[in-house]
Amino acid sequence: MTVKPRRKLPVVSDAPAPTSGDGDNRRAFLKMVGKAAAVGVLAACDAETRERLFQKSFREMSPAELKRYVARLERDYKDQLGVAIRVGTEPAIEGVVFAYALDISRCIGCRRCVHACVEENNLSRDPEIQYITVLEMEKRHGVDLEHATAYYEPAQVPREGHFYFPVSCQQCDHSPCERVCPVGATWKEPDGVVVIDYDWCIGCRYCMAACPYGARHFNWATPKIPKDQINPNTHILGNRPRPKGVVEKCHFCLHRTRNGRYPACVEACPVGARKFGNLLDPNSEIRQVIDTKRIFVLKEELDTSPKFFYFYGA
Amino acid sequence: MRRDDLPTTLRRVVSRWLMPLVPIAATASACSQEARFDDGDLQITEPLAAPAPAVPNPADLQPLLVPPIFECHAVRSDDSMGAEQYPVPKPPFSNGIFPCTRCHDKPDDFNPRPRNLVAVHQDIKLAHGSREQWCYDCHNPTHRDELRLAGGRLVSFEASYELCGQCHGEKLRDWRRGVHGRRIGCWNGERQYLLCVNCHNPHAPKFKPMHPRPRPTRPSEIHFDQRSES
Repeated sequence: MTVKPRRKLPVVSDAPAPTSGDGDNRRAFLKMVGKAAAVGVLAACDAETRERLFQKSFREMSPAELKRYVARLERDYKDQLGVAIRVGTEPAIEGVVFAYALDISRCIGCRRCVHACVEENNLSRDPEIQYITVLEMEKRHGVDLEHATAYYEPAQVPREGHFYFPVSCQQCDHSPCERVCPVGATWKEPDGVVVIDYDWCIGCRYCMAACPYGARHFNWATPKIPKDQINPNTHILGNRPRPKGVVEKCHFCLHRTRNGRYPACVEACPVGARKFGNLLDPNSEIRQVIDTKRIFVLKEELDTSPKFFYFYGA
Repeated sequence: MRRDDLPTTLRRVVSRWLMPLVPIAATASACSQEARFDDGDLQITEPLAAPAPAVPNPADLQPLLVPPIFECHAVRSDDSMGAEQYPVPKPPFSNGIFPCTRCHDKPDDFNPRPRNLVAVHQDIKLAHGSREQWCYDCHNPTHRDELRLAGGRLVSFEASYELCGQCHGEKLRDWRRGVHGRRIGCWNGERQYLLCVNCHNPHAPKFKPMHPRPRPTRPSEIHFDQRSES
């Protein structure tokens, strides 16, 4: 019985393809033609289009590139929205780590902060995005997310037997959102604020799944903001107008806080429940709260190390 | 000089002699930053108005101040913490009511007996502390433009927190630290400390319940088919 020799599979030769020759040089030819076409197209379009095509992520840009990019952004916003918008690039202030504290014995659930935030940060009105969710909880259950609703609408607040618990981005030190981002579009700045590069975000929403606080929001459609309500004072990693298909979240009002101002929600709170300051300054308001009051963080067991503290001031 | 005094001395020197230079340095650096941006192609065609500070609708609250535009530059917080002077807004007087001495011009003309007011100040319904409270527990009877502490010391309306702190000591302590109350302006610089009376009506200090702003949209209320996709 004769054994039929196994048929050899065709193997691509490791040897380099002959460069000279006539028939099998089609690949080299096509490569050459393709490259020439690409070079031709790139040469034909202007420098700005080239820059748009090869734009780097925020963290890779040189200062000169960033400056050109910001100028382009501002021009684009002027064209698209008809509003002159300042896009700030203020870096983190040295020696400053921002932190926030909220007095839940004072909050009355009036939602002034929610709407001040929407107006300050150019949040989409339709579809609606809000960075702050104020939860109404029952006093007899304490801080318990199982007994909480964001949709309360009594004629008057606070309601008997209830207290209010605003939740927004907790600016975690160990931020789960940052860890899961597949493209590095979200990271923690030196001042502790977790920011998003809206140009680098691919909209996969992994970070939204990872965030235990529901603090991240997705732009399912192009944000709609009435033209006269656009805040022209913006920051590149903060409240500049966002495109469709990216994730956004609270950024401690970078355009205000990096210029020394309080965030908008702090100034809007009618009962003074919101405190903000530099965690590294022992005399700051935030440190006074931490040093003298009973504080806690939300979902401490997850080891996210939030820089957003809740306290009982009364 | 003891060795451990050195840092304190240094700090004192820095705060006394170098800190006044900070605003100058800040201005200089701001100018240089502007210059850097001016030479490029960055153009803002029209001057941007300073963003309106987000204060709540005055109708929502006690009559509130219009905060000034703050020039934020860092000041050492411990320098201002120790001082007894706090940058406060104008006390929320009703229209035309101050100075009190315009009407109360006779030092001896006051009636210390608690009663219902019928001629003037009928709008004031005292709901503060015990029923025995009366105007002159806080207001100086002989010169009405000032308040009078229990010990007899006179304080201006701008320092009314001292008066409140006589009973609410731990609130005053927290207010001084920035733990209680509201502040507007800069987290590390110039800011206004709202007075107790900017939020609490001194005659009836308990907060009135208020109408909440609209609730968020429920997911079930979102209809994608109605939305024009762009």
